[in-house]
Amino acid sequence: MHHEVWHFSDYVMLVVSAIFINNILLARFLGNCPFLGTSKRMDTAFSMACAVTFVLGCTGPITWLIEKYLLIPYDLLYLETLAFILTIAVFVQLVEMVIRKISQPLYRALGIYLPLITTNCAVLGTCFLNIKEKFNFIQTIVFSVASAMGFGLALVIMAGIRERFNFARIPKNFQDTSIGLITAGLIGLSFFAFQGLAK
Amino acid sequence: MDTKRLVKEFTKGLWKEIPPFRFVLGLCPTLACTTTVSDGLGMGLCLTFVLTCSNVFISMLRKIIPDEVRLACFIVVVATFVIIVELVTQAYFYPLYMSLGIFIPLIVVNCIPLGRAEAFASKNSVIYSLADGLGMGLGYTMSLTSLAFFRELLGKGTIWGHHVMWSGFEPLSFLQKAPGAFVCLGLMLGIMNLVGSEK
Repeated sequence: MHHEVWHFSDYVMLVVSAIFINNILLARFLGNCPFLGTSKRMDTAFSMACAVTFVLGCTGPITWLIEKYLLIPYDLLYLETLAFILTIAVFVQLVEMVIRKISQPLYRALGIYLPLITTNCAVLGTCFLNIKEKFNFIQTIVFSVASAMGFGLALVIMAGIRERFNFARIPKNFQDTSIGLITAGLIGLSFFAFQGLAK
Repeated sequence: MDTKRLVKEFTKGLWKEIPPFRFVLGLCPTLACTTTVSDGLGMGLCLTFVLTCSNVFISMLRKIIPDEVRLACFIVVVATFVIIVELVTQAYFYPLYMSLGIFIPLIVVNCIPLGRAEAFASKNSVIYSLADGLGMGLGYTMSLTSLAFFRELLGKGTIWGHHVMWSGFEPLSFLQKAPGAFVCLGLMLGIMNLVGSEK
């Protein structure tokens, strides 16, 4: 493996690329179920975005460490999928228990979204991408957080638009998920304008 | 064993409850793996295998799995079959394995196997769970293949890699890109609602 030295500007490019150009939701198609499920109201969308950022910011580096120091040395790569999903499930369960003990208001705000994060493929997908792109530990942390922020940004934009749907006259058959998907497509189209900012 | 019920459990997945149109679940592969008909069909068949096997196993183990940790148990069962699919496609269908990429391991967090395990297999006997898994899986395969058919035909002018459109045909490359996937699925969902609500 070649060892390139990454400068600060490279990290900025990585962040810009993960949030705007290769947005995990709109360009890589990960995490659509929670995206459509929790984008009906702004407050739930914002809570979900925060919860995903926190969980992904922690599980991304943890799964990277597991891959590097457990799966590769013991030649257990075929267990990657199982190891990663169990790590995420256990982590989410732990966070839920800690939040419930420490802060009741925070638990009420985030609690019901935490179990949903286990099956959010944006989280597991980013963990796989970290490995696939051969990132080092620092790049993994930056990419995980930036990906989650990209997910959050798309979710909050979507919630803002969907709240306006209450005042629009949408044909009955196209209501809800159908118009939601078409809107997501149009947001994705507008994100094409960012192409050329970074590679 | 009731043959009538068996047929009912099998056929409901093919039209009445066809995923992802009637059940909006498992959207990520629906969007990501439908640029060509072969990808759509391959993804659908991978999911059918995982869903059928996990349904049968979870149904067999339904009296042993403790209620409190059932989701973790379901995930482990599903992950086992996903690893089998991953290794088999890597060994025998390498082009498919490369083009589906991380979406094969991501079947673990696809809501359909987990949803069917929770809603059906954990409550019904083995033979009905088999019929349910097979029906739902084939329904999903049909949905993915038909969506991929439109996206490949209009976006590239080909079917299964063969040119079928007339010579002056200008492909709508928008449909091959990410936003096109969202818009196309949104429109199909709306049309399916229209067809479904006629009765």
